[in-house]
Amino acid sequence: MTKQLININGRMLSFEKKQTILEVAEKNGIYIPTLCHLKGATPTGACRICVVELEGARTLLGACSTPAASNMVVNTESPKVIKARRLTLELMLSSGNHNCAIGAGERTDWTQFQLKANKDDGSEDICPVWGDCKLQELAYAYQVAVTPGQDSACAYPMELENPLIVRDASRCILCGRCVQACNEIQVNKAISFGYRGKEAKIIAAGDRPLIESDCVFCGECVQVCPVGALVEKKARFKWRPWKAEKVRTTCPYCGVGCQLWLHVQDGRIVKVTGVDDGAPNQGRLCVKGRFGYDFIYSEDRLKTPLIRKNGELQEASWDEALDLVAEKFKQIISQSGPDAVAGVACARSISEDSYNMQKLFRAVFKTNNIDHCART
Amino acid sequence: MLLIIGSNTTEAHPVAATFMKNAVQKGTRLIVIDPRKHPLTDFAELHAPIKVGSDIALLNGLMNIIISTDRYDQKFVNSCTVDFDKLRAKVSEYPAEKAAEICGIPVEMIYDLADRLTSVNPVMLCYTLGITEHTCGTNNVFCVANLQMLLGNMGKESGGVNPLRGQNNVQGACDMGALPNVFPAYQKVIDPASRRKFCEAWQVDSLPDTNGLMMPQMMEALVDKKVRGFYIFGENLANSEPDIRKVEHELASAEFMVVQDIFLNETTRFAHVVLPAAAWSEKDGTYTNSERRVNRVRAVSKPPGDAKPDWWIFKQIAKRFGQNWSSDSAQQIWDNEISVLAPSLTGIKYNRLEGDGLQWPCTSEDHSGTCILHKDGEFTCGLGVFTPVDWTAPAEVPDEQYPFMLSTGRRLTHYHTRTQTGRCEGLNDILGEETADISFEDAAQLGISDGEIVKVSSRRGEVKVKAKITHQVPKGLVWMAFHFRENCANWLTNPVFDPISYTAEYKACAVKIEKIQTEK
Ligand code: SF4
Ligand code: SF4
Ligand code: SF4
Repeated sequence: MTKQLININGRMLSFEKKQTILEVAEKNGIYIPTLCHLKGATPTGACRICVVELEGARTLLGACSTPAASNMVVNTESPKVIKARRLTLELMLSSGNHNCAIGAGERTDWTQFQLKANKDDGSEDICPVWGDCKLQELAYAYQVAVTPGQDSACAYPMELENPLIVRDASRCILCGRCVQACNEIQVNKAISFGYRGKEAKIIAAGDRPLIESDCVFCGECVQVCPVGALVEKKARFKWRPWKAEKVRTTCPYCGVGCQLWLHVQDGRIVKVTGVDDGAPNQGRLCVKGRFGYDFIYSEDRLKTPLIRKNGELQEASWDEALDLVAEKFKQIISQSGPDAVAGVACARSISEDSYNMQKLFRAVFKTNNIDHCART
Repeated sequence: MLLIIGSNTTEAHPVAATFMKNAVQKGTRLIVIDPRKHPLTDFAELHAPIKVGSDIALLNGLMNIIISTDRYDQKFVNSCTVDFDKLRAKVSEYPAEKAAEICGIPVEMIYDLADRLTSVNPVMLCYTLGITEHTCGTNNVFCVANLQMLLGNMGKESGGVNPLRGQNNVQGACDMGALPNVFPAYQKVIDPASRRKFCEAWQVDSLPDTNGLMMPQMMEALVDKKVRGFYIFGENLANSEPDIRKVEHELASAEFMVVQDIFLNETTRFAHVVLPAAAWSEKDGTYTNSERRVNRVRAVSKPPGDAKPDWWIFKQIAKRFGQNWSSDSAQQIWDNEISVLAPSLTGIKYNRLEGDGLQWPCTSEDHSGTCILHKDGEFTCGLGVFTPVDWTAPAEVPDEQYPFMLSTGRRLTHYHTRTQTGRCEGLNDILGEETADISFEDAAQLGISDGEIVKVSSRRGEVKVKAKITHQVPKGLVWMAFHFRENCANWLTNPVFDPISYTAEYKACAVKIEKIQTEK
């Protein structure tokens, strides 16, 4: 059998059954922009950004939802394609509070627009995802500017009812990625498309706030939102991608061992996201992994050793505390033998800590009285 | 097919549950065996709501049907296992009717389960603490292994017996030998050759040659002063162990107690010395997850004040006993000691852990790790041994005085005694208090309304707690967690233990529920 070949931008490329044009292009390093496309979920073709021109076809086709076929001749950046993408982007940009400089364009009323967006945000800052927005990126790439008079005020107020996720319909482009993430990736089935036409909006059942819905605050929707419509409340206006450094680590909670990106700014974790394409979690997290990081900054943290004197724990130096521990343990061991001491290690701390603790008990104290809550 | 038993996966292992749900959406079949109709049951083709602690009766009943109708994997049983006859004899004592009665489910459901389980191969079995936190926990584990061997579901992708480990690094702590009977990588302390090996590595003349005490034994020994010095590293025992009053009495009896932690907590109230430790994101190191995957943890912030990494603290104490340990970072400890001394970790070095980590056994530096154990029926100890076991009831069952069964576990938003999640902005707003989850029937009968504060008591203590009326819980059961001190389930739980593993029976004790009479 001869190999199946598709022509993309003049290159003859082989493909496998059921592969879409987008997949073939990506595999071969040909960039096709996407907004709504979400890996691992059914393509919806909702945003129309990935349109490509197919020779002989009257209309442009969505690359994410069109299967590759033999003898197709595809152009991913033809003038017609570029024109269509620019139009789509313009519509999106003019649909709400996209107050990054990109949105300014030839806008004559920019200042007023900016002030209104700031008022809606309750902040004098620029959009909370400036620099990490796919819409902004594409608007820049395709040099799209919004012409005056197209502003449409958003009909829906921001949702601030829950402590973790801010939902801002004024920046939503209705790409549907959050809906897919919630229904197909995390399968929590908390949100869906609601209302029609101009009123369209992403809603939880009964259009209730997330806190009163089936939402479990995994934050998957926030992670996949390409724009500033879903933002972590704790990171909002604090995290700025150009200031943050990303460090990979492992979640400190359950035994799944999810891989996290810590977004660190000035030595502080300001936000956490899942490591896409990484084992074992493929970018997914739960509420604890995503939002349970700031205990380390609690004022309650222990900062010095403490020794009980007259019934009270009192601050002490390391030398005082360690000398006392050593002295007491030596005394007990010499009086009652090594098995008169015992220790419980920690199933949450790093392995190296556990290793050193069992070594201390076995090699130094000479007892095997070392355990941890292995079974709970 | 997935068989989930004793695991509330969507709350206790949320991300693992998302992959299970994805599989179901793609056509994988799912069976859930659990007293509660927890969220994962919505995705199951069959949910068997067995009574708390009746697992062995069910599994023996199932195996009885499967063997007597010749639907087991004879090839696997003949070539990869021993003691099948013993299993057959034992399970024959569990006719389906008897099993159904013990489990409180219709006998047809057991036949149905047998049909379903024998209709596909492989079946992947996952369990969590619903299996182990019983006085018969070890037997429960033998029993699920028996079933999977009988069905030939071992050593295959998408098969096997998969315990979902609770804490992030409980696997690692076990692998490191923070257990009373083994050195790192499960090398036995009673084995002279192992001791010689570690004597040499640690440059000591001798190492103790008898197994040590397990945690509950240590705590009991505090009371009769057999244990006089107690060192607690990072565990909030005063909340996390069953029967808080007993535990606190034990802790209060300690002659000298050191607690090393990141916060003051209920346990530090009993400490004579408290040592401040560096937390999760303040030190480099590794965690090993449920898949035996060794993953890196990286330092991004500084510990507050004088707090220090735990490994450093242990090293300083050793020094005061005249031992100078050379490793001076987590990486040196791992690369120069752990991976050298633990045969299953030999191939794992920090420089190989940059990406997705490595799953042990990983025996050399060009070994890519092991995803599936016991592949093709090769067990670490040779052939798979069937260990037939009998069903035993929980140590305490409902009676006239305490007519309800209390079972406990964790909830999604918080972790254990909440020392950490309780200090994360927002999480307390999502889940701010404990509830006692009860069924609609029981609520109606007791005249309790949703959200009403009720008194739940056992032979050990009582708590006042909000009632939550839910379809998740069957009649006769109360379900609580241990995240909040005031109404922590552990005021009530029964301090009885599995005789082998010394795991406490958190999953079963008898309680009563009472309305609180308010003065008019
Ligand atoms: S946080 Fe998770 S459960 Fe809630 S809407 Fe977003 S994806 Fe769905
Ligand atoms: S909230 Fe974000 S992800 Fe969801 S539809 Fe709107 S833009 Fe897309
Ligand atoms: S993110 Fe959630 S599921 Fe993943 S390891 Fe952390 S606690 Fe477990």
